[in-house]
Amino acid sequence: MWTSILVAVLVLLALAVVFGGLLGFAAERFKVEGNPLADQIDALLPQTQCGQCGYPGCRPYAESIAEGGPINKCPPGGESTIKALADLLDVEPEPLDAEHGVEQVKQVAVIREDECIGCTKCIQACPVDAILGAAKHMHTVIESECTGCDLCVEPCPVDCIDMVTVEPDIRTWTWTPPTPGLIATDRQGASA
Amino acid sequence: MTEYLLILVSTILVNNFVLVQFLGLCPFMGVSGKLETAMGMSLATTFVLTLASVCSYLVYTYLLEPLDLTFLRTITFILVIAVVVQFTEMVVHKTSPLLYRVLGIFLPLITTNCAVLGVALLNINKNNNFVESVLYGFGAAAGFSLVLVLFAAMRERIAVSDVPVAFRGAAIGLVTAGLMSLAFLGFGGLVSV
Repeated sequence: MWTSILVAVLVLLALAVVFGGLLGFAAERFKVEGNPLADQIDALLPQTQCGQCGYPGCRPYAESIAEGGPINKCPPGGESTIKALADLLDVEPEPLDAEHGVEQVKQVAVIREDECIGCTKCIQACPVDAILGAAKHMHTVIESECTGCDLCVEPCPVDCIDMVTVEPDIRTWTWTPPTPGLIATDRQGASA
Repeated sequence: MTEYLLILVSTILVNNFVLVQFLGLCPFMGVSGKLETAMGMSLATTFVLTLASVCSYLVYTYLLEPLDLTFLRTITFILVIAVVVQFTEMVVHKTSPLLYRVLGIFLPLITTNCAVLGVALLNINKNNNFVESVLYGFGAAAGFSLVLVLFAAMRERIAVSDVPVAFRGAAIGLVTAGLMSLAFLGFGGLVSV
């Protein structure tokens, strides 16, 4: 009688030890480094690093979203980014939070080069290193790198930086969306 | 071969674990609100149930039976299931963070899904061999997934339809489940396993 109880206890103990070891091994083997969800969110953000969301850059904002923060704080990304984020996180898309700025048409900064005094202040302000130049030499903006965040306009002492709207070319042109009007099938939704 | 096919048909349709044997009703009611969550839960449960069925069979046959400790089967199976669930959770967390987010609390809840323990114990009662155990576990999970997804699709429609106030929410859900159960009883006599 006592031996069978002893055997039962020992077997259960051995089983628990083996399983515990297995789980311990798995915890090491499948350790999650960082937050993989934040990586996926970061890839969807426009990477302007403009800070309009109130975070120091796109990565910190992505981390805050991964922890359940609001997804509507990114003006450069606009509606399309919010939709993509809502898709990824399986939540309802929300309109852009006006507190953090409004969505603008795509712009790039252009330096009026003959007025530039070469102070390098805009180079220090640029979050994506899209401005080229050296001290006492004329600066210029690499148009394809510029995200249109307008952070360089403020520091320029001679106000020689303009924000220029990018004219739509054959790849970016779209129809102007129709103004939404109420149609017959909306009746139920409008009254509810 | 026919025998194995019969096990599958039997567990998925005729002796469906949820609607005929009434095991695993909590996730059936709890996770069926949205079709996507239901799919995720089905996948997780299928994986866990099959694996748990295999593991508990192995532990029972090669550890408990030779040592004459068959009276320990329930507590041992609970231990095995808990470990399998925990392991699955770690793997899912690593490989699919989104699925992990969707499943959330439901993944650990598989531990207390009575269908999982039910399958392990029924395998022993029916003297299933290894292959039969695998198929029995998989079939049970497939049956669970089938009715869970069907039920979730129905509940999504019920959610937008005009239900009398007294029946809204869980009440109409249970009524629907009962009707589904009646429908599945129609499969009775299809095979006798």
